[in-house]
Amino acid sequence: MEEQDLKLDGNSAAGLLRELFTFELTTARGRCENCGAVAEVGAVMVYANAPGSVFRCPQCESVLMRIVSNGGRYWLDARGISWLEIRA
Amino acid sequence: MARAAVLGRLTWQLGEVAELVDETPRVKTILLDAPDWAGHRAGQHVDVRLTAEDGYVAERSYSIASAPEDGRLAITVERLDDGEVSPYLAEELVVGDKLEFRGPIGGYFVWEAREGGPLLLVGGGSGVVPLRAMLRHRAAVGLDTPARLLYSSRSLADVIYHDELDMLDSADPHLEVRYALTREQPEGWSGYSRRVDEEILRETAYPNAEGIAFVCGPTRFVETVADGLVGIGYAPEQVRTERFGPTGG
Repeated sequence: MEEQDLKLDGNSAAGLLRELFTFELTTARGRCENCGAVAEVGAVMVYANAPGSVFRCPQCESVLMRIVSNGGRYWLDARGISWLEIRA
Repeated sequence: MARAAVLGRLTWQLGEVAELVDETPRVKTILLDAPDWAGHRAGQHVDVRLTAEDGYVAERSYSIASAPEDGRLAITVERLDDGEVSPYLAEELVVGDKLEFRGPIGGYFVWEAREGGPLLLVGGGSGVVPLRAMLRHRAAVGLDTPARLLYSSRSLADVIYHDELDMLDSADPHLEVRYALTREQPEGWSGYSRRVDEEILRETAYPNAEGIAFVCGPTRFVETVADGLVGIGYAPEQVRTERFGPTGG
């Protein structure tokens, strides 16, 4: 299996995000801290084959966010996102 | 359900299998009686959870195949031979069985009739499932929003919802369904006989890249089509994509 086959998108993480957020996050727009690209979370790349989910920028591929969950605990690292615009 | 609303906690619920429909030799539609179901929008999915006797849990996402207006919630499952979940759903599940699931999930790959169109839907394999929900939604609402479906399959026998799509196509002057069969074509086949490429997209898409496009299928298919659409003039914001990988089983 090639790396390309493991690439999914933000839609696939919608259930995980709903465990953590009360707003629909796949329609939120976020800015990549590295390259400045803005995309809806549903449209970013997601790799779920790691021990957790890794969200990457569709433009520059740098890591936007990582979420690892285990036994009712979640670790969320969002250092690659400058901001999120959430439709409330 | 308005997008603006604060969403309730996403909880697991139980549905009872009410009907099973063989779509192709590898694909089955599961219709559920789900008493706690709060409704959905076309394009959303559910997570299905199977728990083994030893406590092992496997979870998979499936696009909702039914329109919000349909009486029953439906998912369509393709059996992947090395899958953990799909062989059970597609082969062992019988009417009356209980199924644990949660949803509706997702908001990005969603079309509601009031968004308008024209609507270009491009599906590869079982990527047609959420697009079918959109077409059923469009038909149920009775809109004449122009819509085109371009559906890529290995062979005619692998085309999911074939009769229904042909029926919708012939009954509705504002809808056009085109097939691309990539591996095997019946004699006298008049549809496309190759993988979807920019030329096919140019022939199928609306002039001047009008409206919205939804693309769903395996990752490579989605990326080829999305790049192709941008190549013929669609703005990236007009193209909404949903990829599913080989681990979907």
